[in-house]
Amino acid sequence: MIKLVGILVVVLGFAFRANPLLVVVAAGLVTGFAAGMSFNAILAQFGALFVDSRYMTLPIILMLPVVGLLERHGLRERSEALIRRAGAATAGRVILLYTAVRQVSIALGVSIGGHAGAVRPLVAPMAEAAARVRAPELSDKDSQDIRAHAAAADNVGNFFGEDIFVAVGGILLMKGFFDGLGIEVGVWSMALWGIPTAIAAFVAMAWRARALDQRLSLRYPARKPGGDA
Amino acid sequence: MTLLTLERFYVLAGLMLGVIAVRIAADPRHGRRVGSAVFWGLLGVIFVAGRAIPPVVTGYILLVLVALAALGRVGTPSEETTSRDERLAHAQRLGNRVFWPALMIPATAVAGTLVLSRLHWGEVRLILPGNAAVVSVGLGAAVALLLAMRITRARAQAPAAEGSRLVQTVGWALILPQLLAALGGLFARAGVGETVAGIVAQVLPTQYPAVAVAAYCLGMALFTVCLGNAFAAFPVVTLGVGLPLIVHGHGGNPAIMAALGMLSGYCGTLLTPMAANFNVVPAMLLELDDRHAVIRAQAPVALAVLAVNALLMYACVYRF
Repeated sequence: MIKLVGILVVVLGFAFRANPLLVVVAAGLVTGFAAGMSFNAILAQFGALFVDSRYMTLPIILMLPVVGLLERHGLRERSEALIRRAGAATAGRVILLYTAVRQVSIALGVSIGGHAGAVRPLVAPMAEAAARVRAPELSDKDSQDIRAHAAAADNVGNFFGEDIFVAVGGILLMKGFFDGLGIEVGVWSMALWGIPTAIAAFVAMAWRARALDQRLSLRYPARKPGGDA
Repeated sequence: MTLLTLERFYVLAGLMLGVIAVRIAADPRHGRRVGSAVFWGLLGVIFVAGRAIPPVVTGYILLVLVALAALGRVGTPSEETTSRDERLAHAQRLGNRVFWPALMIPATAVAGTLVLSRLHWGEVRLILPGNAAVVSVGLGAAVALLLAMRITRARAQAPAAEGSRLVQTVGWALILPQLLAALGGLFARAGVGETVAGIVAQVLPTQYPAVAVAAYCLGMALFTVCLGNAFAAFPVVTLGVGLPLIVHGHGGNPAIMAALGMLSGYCGTLLTPMAANFNVVPAMLLELDDRHAVIRAQAPVALAVLAVNALLMYACVYRF
């Protein structure tokens, strides 16, 4: 039971909104101490695992200079101009379309999108611009809400598209796990059972996107009748 | 031999962090000049030297980074970007050409994953197939940058300034995902998972098939919320709850159980600040005031999908 003290630290730390970096290090230290490790051994473990997981941060660091350069030259403004020409576009529809693109491409084994490469420079500005066509006085709070939903669309599309493709992390990990135990489980049957959830996730995202549009159209009523949600 | 190893891209990223540190140090207008320069500089060292540094030294460097962040010594960017009017003028001048480099990133990712990982001249490979996804993104960023420089005819300093601005916009949260991955490793070493799985199996009335399914799906989600990673939760919860109760106890189908169990774990990923690379870093990147705004936006989806997973598993796992 004493080993769980690290989880307690994490829960309390996040609940009281302490600096997350501090919370993580504190949780690591108490967990390590509870398992009988020395201070230096815990730090060595942190150091080694941190170096091993550099791949998590690599894409975002390498992508930001080019994304910033394009933003400096009007990428977001151009995305907005493009979406203003599409009359049927709403924030929710832009976000839902992106969910579909993300989910289908991942399911086919290619990663198109991402928060740094697509959401910040393309999807979020398009969704915001679509909302501004109907609501020029869009508040900062609502535009943040739209951006948060665009980020959520990336995650939902990514997670619930991934496990349909057999050659990726999730399926391979499960296969390896069962192989290690000598249990015969096919990769295709696991991928197949990912499809209903993928559909459910898309439907749930469609519901959220619609709710977002409805919230916006209630808050910013159309000037002429028939302005649809 | 491999030409484009991951290690080369780590060096590139580390050098970029070094450039950011130097730019901050040389900028008297920066509000947190010393702390920020040291923070990004040290992170750059970890990226460049990586495995050459003894792990315990990296551990102490991490303590310095965390202390700087917790004491508020890592500041917001002072880099100037173009005004909205200038950007509109650029957008007018460049038209849709400004999209090309942005589309190069996914295009290279696709090409890299599908083609480049298969290229080799005898023993010399371009990319190791296992690294294809991450390396392709790095390669895509490099190709896109060259194209963007050509199209925009920007000065050579511009990408450095913009990269510095955006990296500092994300701020110290940039290292949170890696630190959490390290914490996950420590949890695993201390045997945290087995303890939790044991408690779940003991406390709940799992002689009922429906309870076993609920315990497994909720266990995967809760465990992922705590660890921030469904892949870390899967072996623990499946060994502790799934296999003994659903498969061996009630004769369930392991493929259905595993597929839906992992997806239940992903629902947990959507709900937790511990999955910082998906939930917290994007909030900073999109300049949201609330660090947890992305989690709030996706929580209804996560809970709905979790319910679907549990019901679907109960309906199918004992039948097929």
